[in-house]
Amino acid sequence: MFVAIWAERDGDAGVVHLAGRRDGGAAAEVVSLVTSGLHFPSIGRHHPSAILMERAIQDLHGLIADGLPDPRPWLDHRSTYEFKPVIGAGVHQIPVGPVHAGTIEPGHFRFSVNGETIVRLETRLGYTHKGTLGLMRGKPINQAAQLAGRVSGDSTVAYAFAFVRAVEQALGVVVPPRTIVLRGIMAELERLANHFGDLGAICNDAGFPLINAHGAVLRERVLRLSAACFGHRLMMDRIVPGGVAVDLADGDTKALTTALPALLAQFERLVELYDKTASLQDRVVGTGRLDPAIARRLGCGGPVGRASGQDFDARRDISYLPYDILPIVVPCFTSGDVDARVRVRMVEIRQSVALILALLDTLPDGPLRTPLPDDASPRAGSATVEGFRGDIFAHVRVSDGHVAGSFLRDPSWFLWPALEVAIEGNIVADFPLCNKSFNAGYSGCDL
Amino acid sequence: MRRILIESLFRCKLTEQPPLITDAEKAALVGHLDRAAQRRLGRSLAIREVDAGSCNGCELEIIALNNALYDLERFGLKIVASPRHADVLMVTGPVTRNMRDALSLTYEAMPAPKFVVAVGDCACTGGMFAQSPACVGTVGHVVPIDLRIPGCPPDPTTLLRGLISLMT
Ligand code: SF4
Repeated sequence: MFVAIWAERDGDAGVVHLAGRRDGGAAAEVVSLVTSGLHFPSIGRHHPSAILMERAIQDLHGLIADGLPDPRPWLDHRSTYEFKPVIGAGVHQIPVGPVHAGTIEPGHFRFSVNGETIVRLETRLGYTHKGTLGLMRGKPINQAAQLAGRVSGDSTVAYAFAFVRAVEQALGVVVPPRTIVLRGIMAELERLANHFGDLGAICNDAGFPLINAHGAVLRERVLRLSAACFGHRLMMDRIVPGGVAVDLADGDTKALTTALPALLAQFERLVELYDKTASLQDRVVGTGRLDPAIARRLGCGGPVGRASGQDFDARRDISYLPYDILPIVVPCFTSGDVDARVRVRMVEIRQSVALILALLDTLPDGPLRTPLPDDASPRAGSATVEGFRGDIFAHVRVSDGHVAGSFLRDPSWFLWPALEVAIEGNIVADFPLCNKSFNAGYSGCDL
Repeated sequence: MRRILIESLFRCKLTEQPPLITDAEKAALVGHLDRAAQRRLGRSLAIREVDAGSCNGCELEIIALNNALYDLERFGLKIVASPRHADVLMVTGPVTRNMRDALSLTYEAMPAPKFVVAVGDCACTGGMFAQSPACVGTVGHVVPIDLRIPGCPPDPTTLLRGLISLMT
C-alpha cells in the first residue's frame, strides 16, 4: 500500500522519499531516491493516492514529478487555478469557500451540478498552508514536537504520539511503562471526544439536531475530563519526546473510571434514537456511497475506509504499545454510506472506553520520562499511529538533538479525493451530510 | 398677492438664528440616545468566524461555545453564516498567505460599525508560526484588531469572558 511521498531539497540536489506498507500488516518502509537534475518519476501515475502529495512536492521544493497526471499547483496559490472543465447541457457551477457558512476550516468546493444533482465536485485546498514542516526543520526536538502537535489541532495527541515515536525509534529510546499507558489513555480520550462530536455533527447535517445537542455535551464532558486529568482540554504538548509531560493522579483515575461508563450509557440512548428515527435513517442510509474498490485504490483509512471494506487499523495491524492490552476489534462494513461511517464510529466509541478502562486497570508506577541520548550522529525513524480520522504516518531525521527533516502524513490526503468520488450523483443538499461523515481535515494536509 | 410677494422679496429675512446648544447639552443628548440604543440593540452581537489558517484547535473551542453548557446565544451572541449579517469578525490562525485576501474580503463585506476579535495565540501574535514565510504573521497585519483573546487554544470560558466584555 502507498503510504506517503515527500521530498527534501538542498540547492541543486533533491531527495524523494517514498513510504509503503505491505498488505496484511507491517510497519511502513521507506525508500529514498536522489533526483536526477530536479526530476523524479511520478508515483501518482500508478497510485492516484499519491497525486496530491506529488503536486505539493512540486510546489514546496520546485522538483518535478515526471508523468504526474495532474501537475496543477496545490499549495502554491499565486497563480489562477484552473478547475477541470465540466461540459454538458444544463450543467452549471456552484463555487463555495474558502470562507464557509459554518465554523470550519477553509477550503474551496467547486460543484458542477445539473439541477439538484452533483455531476462533479472538485476540492481545492492549501488555504491553511503554514509551512509547518519547514518550521520544524532545524528546531530542537522538543520544539519540533510542539509544532507536530499543531499540524491538526483535533488530532494533537495522535500527531505528537506519532512524531515522538518516530524520534524514539530513531534514537533507540525506550520509554518507561507508565508513559506508554498514559499515552494510550490520552489517544483514546481524543478519539472519544472527536467521535462524540462527529456523531452529533453528522446527525445535525441530516436535519436532526437533537443528537447533536447531546453529542456536543458528551464531547464537552470528555474534554473536561481530559483537562482535569492532563491539564489541557485537547491535551496539547502532553506527549513529549521520551515520555509524557504530566502524570495522572489517583483521584483522576477514579474520576475516569466512574465518568466514562456513565457517558457510554448516555451514548447508548443516542444510538437507540439513531436506530429508531426513520426520518434520520432515510437521510443516512445509501447516501454518499464510497465503493470499497475505490476506497482501496485511493488508500482510504480510518472510519471512512473501514465503512468501505478496508479492514485496517494501525492499532491492530501495526500493533504498537500499549495496544497489546486488549484484542482490538476493527469494525468493517461494505455499504460505504453515511450510515456505515456512523456505525464504525459507534463501535469505536465503545472500544475506546473499554481500552481506557483496561489501561487504567494496569497503570504501572514509575518515571514519566527517559532522557534523550546526547547522540550527535544522524538517524532516522518512522511511526504510524491510528488517529480518530485514520492512520497518521510520521517520519523524522534527527541529528545533534535537532530535527533535520520530517514528514507527517495526515489521513485526509486520501479522504478528499474519495469524497469527490462518493458525492457524485448525490444532491447538493446532501453534501454537508456526506462531508461531515468523512470529516476530512484541512490543516493536516495543507501542512 | 403679487405686491405681497414682491414686498417680501425685499424685506429682511424673518427666519431667526438657530438656538445655541452648549457642548454639555449636546453630550447629554447623545449620551441619552446611546443608552436608549444600547438598551434596545446593544445586547446582541452577530459574529462571523474566519479561520485564517489555524490548526483547527481554536475552531473546536469556538464550536464548543454553542454546546448546552456554555450556550453562547443566551448572551445575545450569535454566530452567523454571512459577513453581511455580522457585527464582529472573529479570526483564528496566523493568517496564511493563502488566506490573506479571503480575510480582508470578509472584513470588507461586513457593514460598519464592526469589531475584530483575534482568537488564539496564532491570531494575536502569529504564535508558533510567526516566523513562517507562508504566513503573514498576525491578524493585525490585515485587519485592525479590537480585542485579543490569547491561548492555545483559549478555552470556551476565556472566549466567553472576552466576548461578553465586548458587549459592555
Ligand atoms: S492558537 Fe494554538 S490552537 Fe489556535 S490555531 Fe494556533 S496553534 Fe492552533
